[in-house]
Amino acid sequence: MLVLAGIAVIAGGFLLRFHPLLVIVASAAVTGWAAGLDPLRILATFGHAFNETRYVTAIYMVLPVIGLLERRGLQERARGLVAGLHGATAGRLLAGYLLFRQVTAALGLTSVAGPAQTVRPLVAPMAQAAAERQGATGDAAAEEVKAMAAATDNIGLFFGEDIFIAIGSILLMKGVLDGYGIVLEPFQLSIWAIPTAIAAFAIHGARLLWLDRRLARHTQPPGPAA
Amino acid sequence: MIGLNLVYGMAGAVFAIFAVLALCERRVANAAFYALIAASFLIGDRLGDVANGVLVLALVAIAASGRMRRADAAPVAAARHGARVFVPALVIPAAALAGTLLFKQLPGLIDPKQATLVAVTCGTLIALALCFALLGARPAEPFVAGRRLADDIGWVAVMPQMLASLGAVFALAGVGTVVGDLIGAVVPAGNVPGAVLAYALGMAAFTIVMGNAFAAFPVMAAAVGVPLLIRGAGGDPAVVAAVGMLAGFCGTLMTPMAANFNLMPAALLDLKDRYGVIRAQLPTAIPLLAFNAALLYAMVA
Repeated sequence: MLVLAGIAVIAGGFLLRFHPLLVIVASAAVTGWAAGLDPLRILATFGHAFNETRYVTAIYMVLPVIGLLERRGLQERARGLVAGLHGATAGRLLAGYLLFRQVTAALGLTSVAGPAQTVRPLVAPMAQAAAERQGATGDAAAEEVKAMAAATDNIGLFFGEDIFIAIGSILLMKGVLDGYGIVLEPFQLSIWAIPTAIAAFAIHGARLLWLDRRLARHTQPPGPAA
Repeated sequence: MIGLNLVYGMAGAVFAIFAVLALCERRVANAAFYALIAASFLIGDRLGDVANGVLVLALVAIAASGRMRRADAAPVAAARHGARVFVPALVIPAAALAGTLLFKQLPGLIDPKQATLVAVTCGTLIALALCFALLGARPAEPFVAGRRLADDIGWVAVMPQMLASLGAVFALAGVGTVVGDLIGAVVPAGNVPGAVLAYALGMAAFTIVMGNAFAAFPVMAAAVGVPLLIRGAGGDPAVVAAVGMLAGFCGTLMTPMAANFNLMPAALLDLKDRYGVIRAQLPTAIPLLAFNAALLYAMVA
């Protein structure tokens, strides 16, 4: 029961806006202490896990490419593309991206897109350009559109990938159920990801179309510092 | 065999160059931070667990010192290359796609478990070569521009890895079993709606705490899914497992603990609100969680 103190530390620490990295280390220390681990063991466990999970940070290797392309006008070009598309709105563009992300993830292509690969260089600037053409200039609208672009990427990924039979979560479920003597084929699990995938597209797609209506409200009055 | 050695070698080299460039501009804290990340990528396997732990503490100390600085205003982009700038940008996703499909056919040469990461690394190398060949970049130019982006992201870059490591400490301390026992004790036997709610909400809540639905699933399956929904109520195991996992994914959309999905993009897109992406996801995540609970109930009861 005492080991739950670490959860209280992390929740409280984030809520009180202490430095997040300090909060994480404090939570690990408290949890390990509550479980009766000696400090060196806690440090070693944390260090080992940090070394084993370097792959999550490896994606930043694309920064030099993205940085150079932005210096050569990538975002402006992406915006230019939108100008040539009649009827393109921020909401419709993102809804199209949502569908693309769900379908590619369902085919197992989870890494063809992502915040660094597609959202920052292409999707967010295109959506912003469309929003500006809809008349929604200003920082608040830009923030909302960028946040929505990142959210759309996550939602498309999460509620597409489980349709693919060889994805990690499907294999995990199969493994856990095997442990209880319940033997399933990955296909049986992946087929049950389809209803939620459709619901996710319906709910988030509706929100994206609603975003267009909200952006229309941003149009006037023009921002004072514009 | 080519696998994580190539991926980590490339990532380590990029961060090492960032460190040197930051030092040249007398951004000492940023330089030290990048140097430690580069060391982790390049020699992490030879350091040993305790030394890696000390490396983490050093990263945290630098970050918490408040001395890391954001980039100065970027120079104005010059759009003189026309549509050619899209080519390197599209090479990375295209290489990820082609490599993932192709490398699985070469199990002797390329580690099949890491096919996608190796493909992304190859794509990055090709894109970098195109930056020089097609766009006439000077040798240091991509790295100067990349370091600027890294400075804007700051210490948030290591947050996903830090939270994953915290998850490992949670697992060792047995946090999962304690939470599972608690939830199992709350749900009365034979109450199917109660069990469905406890399972779906428990998956989401546990994922919010751990930042990862993968950590939540074995716990909730043991506490509620298998004993109450599959064995007790006779639910189809495929539905219980698959929809339960998706309920967990709704939790992933709601938590800063899933930093690589929720905080990293906010930093990368330079949002003023660190939790802006989570705020944008909540109105989708909550109804979707309700949908999953309703679907479970309809299929189990």
